[in-house]
Amino acid sequence: MYVALALFIIAIGSVVFHLLSPWWWTPIASNWSYIDHTITITFWITGLVFVAVVLFMAWCVWRYRHRPQQAEVLYEPENKRLEWWLTVGTAIGVAAMLAPGLYVWRQFITVPPDADEVEIVAQQWQWSYRLPGPDGRLGATAIRHISDDNPLGLDPDDPRGADDIMVQGGELHLPIGRPVKAVLRSLDVLHDFYVPEFRAKMDLIPGMVTYFWLTPTRTGTFEVLCAEMCGVGHAFMRGFVVVAEESDYRAWLEQQQPARPTAQRTVPVMAER
Amino acid sequence: MADVPLDRVAETATTEVEDLSLHHPHSWLTRYVFSQDAKTISIQYTVTALVIGFIALFLSWLMRLQLGFPGTFAFIDAAAYYQLITMHGMMMIVYVLTAVLLGGFGNYLIPLMVGARDMVFPYANMLSYWFYLLAVVILLASFFAPGGPTGAGWTLYPPQAILSGTPGQESGIILMLVSLIVFIAGFTMGGLNYVVTVLQGRTRGMTLMRMPLTVWGIFTASVMALLAFPALFVASVMMLFDKLFGTSFFMPSLIELGTRLDYGGGSPILFQHLFWFFGHPEVYIVALPAFGIVSDLIATHARRNIFGYRMMVWAILAIGALSFVVWAHHMYVSGMNPWFGFFFATTTLIIAVPTAIKVYNWILTLWRGDIHLTVPMLFALGFIVTFVNGGLSGLFLGNVVVDVPLSDTMFVVAHFHMVMGIAPVLVIFGAIYHWYPKVTGRMMNEALGKLHFWITFLGTYAIFFPMHYLGLLGVPRRYHEMGEASFFPASAQMLNAYITVLALIVGAAQLLFLFNLIWSIRHGREAGGNPWRATSLEWQTPETPPPHGNWGKEQPAVYRWAYDYNVPGVAQDFIPQNMPPEAVPLGARPASGGMS
Repeated sequence: MYVALALFIIAIGSVVFHLLSPWWWTPIASNWSYIDHTITITFWITGLVFVAVVLFMAWCVWRYRHRPQQAEVLYEPENKRLEWWLTVGTAIGVAAMLAPGLYVWRQFITVPPDADEVEIVAQQWQWSYRLPGPDGRLGATAIRHISDDNPLGLDPDDPRGADDIMVQGGELHLPIGRPVKAVLRSLDVLHDFYVPEFRAKMDLIPGMVTYFWLTPTRTGTFEVLCAEMCGVGHAFMRGFVVVAEESDYRAWLEQQQPARPTAQRTVPVMAER
Repeated sequence: MADVPLDRVAETATTEVEDLSLHHPHSWLTRYVFSQDAKTISIQYTVTALVIGFIALFLSWLMRLQLGFPGTFAFIDAAAYYQLITMHGMMMIVYVLTAVLLGGFGNYLIPLMVGARDMVFPYANMLSYWFYLLAVVILLASFFAPGGPTGAGWTLYPPQAILSGTPGQESGIILMLVSLIVFIAGFTMGGLNYVVTVLQGRTRGMTLMRMPLTVWGIFTASVMALLAFPALFVASVMMLFDKLFGTSFFMPSLIELGTRLDYGGGSPILFQHLFWFFGHPEVYIVALPAFGIVSDLIATHARRNIFGYRMMVWAILAIGALSFVVWAHHMYVSGMNPWFGFFFATTTLIIAVPTAIKVYNWILTLWRGDIHLTVPMLFALGFIVTFVNGGLSGLFLGNVVVDVPLSDTMFVVAHFHMVMGIAPVLVIFGAIYHWYPKVTGRMMNEALGKLHFWITFLGTYAIFFPMHYLGLLGVPRRYHEMGEASFFPASAQMLNAYITVLALIVGAAQLLFLFNLIWSIRHGREAGGNPWRATSLEWQTPETPPPHGNWGKEQPAVYRWAYDYNVPGVAQDFIPQNMPPEAVPLGARPASGGMS
């Protein structure tokens, strides 16, 4: 009796907890509200299944518990019809979650052609950023170019990098309403650029370039957390993203210095090679 | 299903043996230490794994103390915290769950349940345990090594696992990799035994489709482990080479705290593919034996045939096969080619179908049964609730785009503890309460068992269910303290403290189990040979506990499947698998099923 009651309380209690929980996702600040919708769909379907299964168990435990005057136990090794119905029903439920999931994933990996590029570089345990400058192109980089004067390893031979704007240890500024493709690079170990308000996240991997994209939809200052374990400083690898109106963003951009004034370009390059 | 193809039984000659030819052990040393008896090896495996389990539990206490009350315990700094989570995770997954379910239950139950006298390669079986023990010693040695055990996380992702920003990179990571290599070598010897014994060692009449689901689960998991562990083996060897000899399998050119290292050209993602090619099947290597065992616990204690036996077998095989093509769902935000997402999300959600079938069949076995709420049954019920909860949250994480905001958060921690931490542990407890009388001849104390069940089941549910919501909030996993963030309300830290207090209570309650386990060896109620009135062969041995060779002079012959409970027209509520058709007592049954 009390076993059935415990199961009943678990089923109902879990739903009540879900509805009353003060712990819920942060208000969104990007175009990825689609992701929130898919989570909501998944909550509905899985919630219904969980409650149905546990309540059915509770009822069985109460109704068919051992009693001196036992009702006849059903000897039924199989019931093809029932088993197929359950299989098909489950398949439909799974498809109802998978289809919107894959649809949104397609959007997630398809970067709009007009997206601005911004590079995010991670190293233990700080974030750096690089913006393409007036030419709209990021210069090439390599680990072998890294030095005290060139902390992000820009290729000195690549003219596209000359006007790149570096932000080290500061905040990443993004204009509201414009799609941005974040190009991700790590100098040492795995990291993950995670802004809960953006919903999107992606690992940064040494030796390769990864990406994700989003369109900021709300101004404000949002925290960046590292979400891929990167050594003892992992929990302290924080930063900020500032989403601003276009005019404020322009004002900020004016104050940034290009990576390399043109005069400096040639001589040290050849020496290093 | 209960039909008896008698011709098949009659054709085979009986296998009566001279006592001498069984190679009984002659000394204390060969009987209890270097034993080749699968049952002794099973106990060695189980006891060793339980010791590791309690160490891992203690480590989880320390990490929960740090998370619940950050800064209060000065000796748990960030480095120590990462060492704690790494060792807790690796110990539980490989050295406890895999070892108990395959090495422990596999060794005890496979030969007895298929009617064999022992494993087919007893000497390799013995070596398997000693390799396992050596692996355990190497693993524990890392606590005393310079720099301590590795703190790379149980996934051991390079490059950080072997670089100086990670604790334990001096020697801990080397000992971890060597320990895994030894473990896998040892497991291979055991695993081959389990597979070959099921295929070749079954007694007369024990067709594959008459085997108890426990055997199906352990058998399929063993086949999977033999295919999956080699990926971890090579990954461990390659990382060891990267660490010791400067190769660059997994190491691209990179900077370590300001200095450029000599590595170049390797791929960190390659390690992740190898690791998860092992790591995902590993989830089911733990789950399938638990599925099998729980099916048998439910059928026995609900006095009803398992519903849809053939579908259950096919579901086990389907899950086993599918689990090899879902691994990259652990890598949706790893930076691998994003087009993989479509494939792996689809395969991952397809695997939910056979898994759901298993759940339906368990609860449909309860339906119209005669449910005895014994301790094993309670653990089986607790397993279903926990597993369904954890399985459903897996549908969030498997569905690629839904995973993006949730991956690497506490949601993941809550999910995998539910589905492959607590759920199999509940089955292990249920199975120990269930088979203890066969192993020792005595029952475990029921009142203590029930107390243990309620604290463990309700406690773990109350720990891990709310933890999902920390993840939804955006709290990352593997932070030694949650710290401040504008979107963390103060109540989130309160939730962390609450989880810690509960974890301490639930952890302490495991001492009830430990006490019961030891106390009952001498003081438990005498069990007799078949206290649960069960059908499968291990309960029909001539002696309890079964001696070396299991069956005395003659191995049993099998006439039916393992689930003939409450067959209409039969005078008792179960028919043992080895009861000849002419011996089955026909007639009306007394109303009360006999067992209370």
